[in-house]
Amino acid sequence: MSDPKLVLKDITKSFPGVIALNNVSLNLYAGEVTALIGENGAGKSTLVKVLTGIHLPNSGDIIIDGEPVKISSAHDAFECGISAIHQETVLFDELSVAENIYLGHAPKTRFGTINWREMRTKARQVLDDIGAKHIGENTKLSELGIANKHLVAVARAMSIDAQIVIMDEPTAALSHREIEDLFTLIELLKSEGKAILFISHKFDEIYRIADRFAVYRDGEMVGDGSLPETPQSEIIQMMVGRAVNQIYPTRTSQVGDTLLKIDNLNHPTEFADISFELKKGEILGFYGLVGAGRSEVMQALFGITKTSSGTITLDGQIISPKSPADAIQAGIVYVPEERGTQGVVTDMPIFQNVSLPSLRKTSRGNFLKIAEEFALAREYTTRLDLRASSLSQHAGTLSGGNQQKIVIAKWLATNPDVIILDEPTKGIDIGSKAAVHEFMAELVEQGLSVIMVSSELPEIMGMSDRIVVMNEGRIIKIVENDDELTPAKMLVIASGITEDAA
Amino acid sequence: MSDRQQPTNARLIPDRLTSRLKDNLMSWPSLLLVVALLIFLANSLASPYFLSPWALSDATFNFTEKAIIALAMALLIVSGEIDISVSGIIAITSTMMGVALQFGADTTTLVLVGLSVGLICGAFNGVLVTKLGLPSIVVTIGTMSLFRGISFIILGDKSYKNYPESFAYFGQGYLYWVISFEFVLYLLLAVGFYILLHKTNFGRHVFTIGNNAVAAEFSGVRVARVKFVLFCLTGLMAGVAAILLTSRLGSTRPSIARGWELEVITMVVLGGVNILGGSGSVQGVVIAAFIMGLVTFGLGLLNVPGIIMSVILGILLITVIALPTLLSKFKNRQ
Repeated sequence: MSDPKLVLKDITKSFPGVIALNNVSLNLYAGEVTALIGENGAGKSTLVKVLTGIHLPNSGDIIIDGEPVKISSAHDAFECGISAIHQETVLFDELSVAENIYLGHAPKTRFGTINWREMRTKARQVLDDIGAKHIGENTKLSELGIANKHLVAVARAMSIDAQIVIMDEPTAALSHREIEDLFTLIELLKSEGKAILFISHKFDEIYRIADRFAVYRDGEMVGDGSLPETPQSEIIQMMVGRAVNQIYPTRTSQVGDTLLKIDNLNHPTEFADISFELKKGEILGFYGLVGAGRSEVMQALFGITKTSSGTITLDGQIISPKSPADAIQAGIVYVPEERGTQGVVTDMPIFQNVSLPSLRKTSRGNFLKIAEEFALAREYTTRLDLRASSLSQHAGTLSGGNQQKIVIAKWLATNPDVIILDEPTKGIDIGSKAAVHEFMAELVEQGLSVIMVSSELPEIMGMSDRIVVMNEGRIIKIVENDDELTPAKMLVIASGITEDAA
Repeated sequence: MSDRQQPTNARLIPDRLTSRLKDNLMSWPSLLLVVALLIFLANSLASPYFLSPWALSDATFNFTEKAIIALAMALLIVSGEIDISVSGIIAITSTMMGVALQFGADTTTLVLVGLSVGLICGAFNGVLVTKLGLPSIVVTIGTMSLFRGISFIILGDKSYKNYPESFAYFGQGYLYWVISFEFVLYLLLAVGFYILLHKTNFGRHVFTIGNNAVAAEFSGVRVARVKFVLFCLTGLMAGVAAILLTSRLGSTRPSIARGWELEVITMVVLGGVNILGGSGSVQGVVIAAFIMGLVTFGLGLLNVPGIIMSVILGILLITVIALPTLLSKFKNRQ
């Protein structure tokens, strides 16, 4: 085998209280895709930041083509031929495609000003080369979808002749087809001899595109090898440090009487005719395509979205939550899909995030009792097995999975009757996923009722007692999740094709 | 089955990694306190008149009225909002007290008029911001002109004088020896606002809103209500300042307190409140008020002209604000 293009040797990066990377190594080879695998918090993002000049490692060497280099700024990374494509691409919405591609290295005229005509011609050339003929070089970036923005980012990588391309969860926001297009492009980059680092949570993608893999866990490298020779079970075992036998927990809980009853709930534009019941101790799944109106219905129950008509009955009493505060008081809580912006307050300590809706309980006559807040936060974060170095640590310093645990801990502390989880495991790794699922099972065992909105069919079918299928703002069908229900049947129902199964 | 309920490998997460004392010593107010002491020292070396109790007492009158508004403004800015209209509120409040005076109002009525006009102006700002969802900087730039404009319409080039003698106590009276009523009132309000921001549920909500209003709302904080209360409090404190200032000057002109909003906001920012919201402390703002008062007074004793004074205050503000950023940059480089 040829020598590696890029070698990371014994890289260590620590932050106050946390060692994010502990003596890790990584090799990237020209013309090969290396998949970086690990749970959230394993150190993948930190590694990307080290490679792109955002973080300077405390120790260790970065060697490119046998020469040690120092990457202490984004510009250094650019000089080293490293280009990154992020989950949500970091480009400039208000600039044109051509400007985005050539920002910082635009062709100049002999007067030192930007040679616009040359820039556009070259941008067109690069876009054509990567098969993005449909993207106009003069289009404003904000007019493009996320998939096309990725293509622009790839074009940018080509234009600086990057030899090392990092893709940090590029498929997270893409549709099936767009992912296929991206893979075609990755094959093209491979054939041009680029060394590619591919980060993803999805095993089917990793097996489809990667030649080699490296697994990180808790800031250390725990294994590497080549694909597809290594079986998935072996990689999962490396990731979590134990064998995952059973993905979804089995439950023995008894579903009780109706707790929450929704009658004919309407919204001027987002949903209509919403009626369903939630029973005590039940997990009710909400399935549908993105944009089916599921989140809007949930936010109506939580007092955020205003309804035009309909009633909500909780435990025999009609409630009309006008704000989240009303809903929480009634006993309904909501774990939002947008964790970082709606779930946790990233710049505040963990304990203050957890105690926020329970301040009335932890305080005495409206005066804060910090010790009680710590006690409350410790009780619930321990139950969820939160990984943090201290409860005063800012929530934003934790991984996505751990942030989700804070949101759930915050709600459990309010002793709710109904907990609504909106895409609870989106973007979190297998280990945390299993923890969230286990915990949901525990909650219903204790008599809580759970509504889970999810776009992942295995999750919906693995967890729910019953499934509400929505399409274009309406409930199509409510089905019992029994042995007769197959994924294929679910897809047929969800696609909105009228089929009289009854 | 039951062992899942009780995780055996539960690791205890500590409350905090650094001690509270250490955090406090390394904080912004501590740094400010050092600056304040240095200025105090420099002043006493530079002028022989500085250390006289009466001179120091006089010095407090220069900043207590602004500092009272800064207390409420600090909370407002921590929540991510701002009120530019405070000097306008002083003008309209003082004018309304003057109008009341023309109708023969006694001291008690004057005070009540002052407090309620301030409160109403604050509530007006609050309604525009929270009900209509307008940005507070735009709303209060508008109401600043509106409030002062009303004063000009009512007063023209005239002024109100002849406030009752008992009314003069608020801005000119002394409780004991050199300790003025104004100064004591300021200290009491400072303690009150300290408790409100740092020791109550309301204060925690203020911080949370300033950090992330959406997440606060989603966590059950009544964001609009909290912001409305903060605007009312700021208006009310502007009303208090208007009473003190009118009492001290003994007259009302429509140009009263012009330009104060900038000095108030400077105090708040110098006091370590993040202008974008989310962090800050009342202690810091109180010390910043003293620093500004000491600098102005010290330079006054040295006969430095007003123009130069504002240059020096500007330099002080930029230096103190830039210092932590520069320090952290320096640290990261190492």
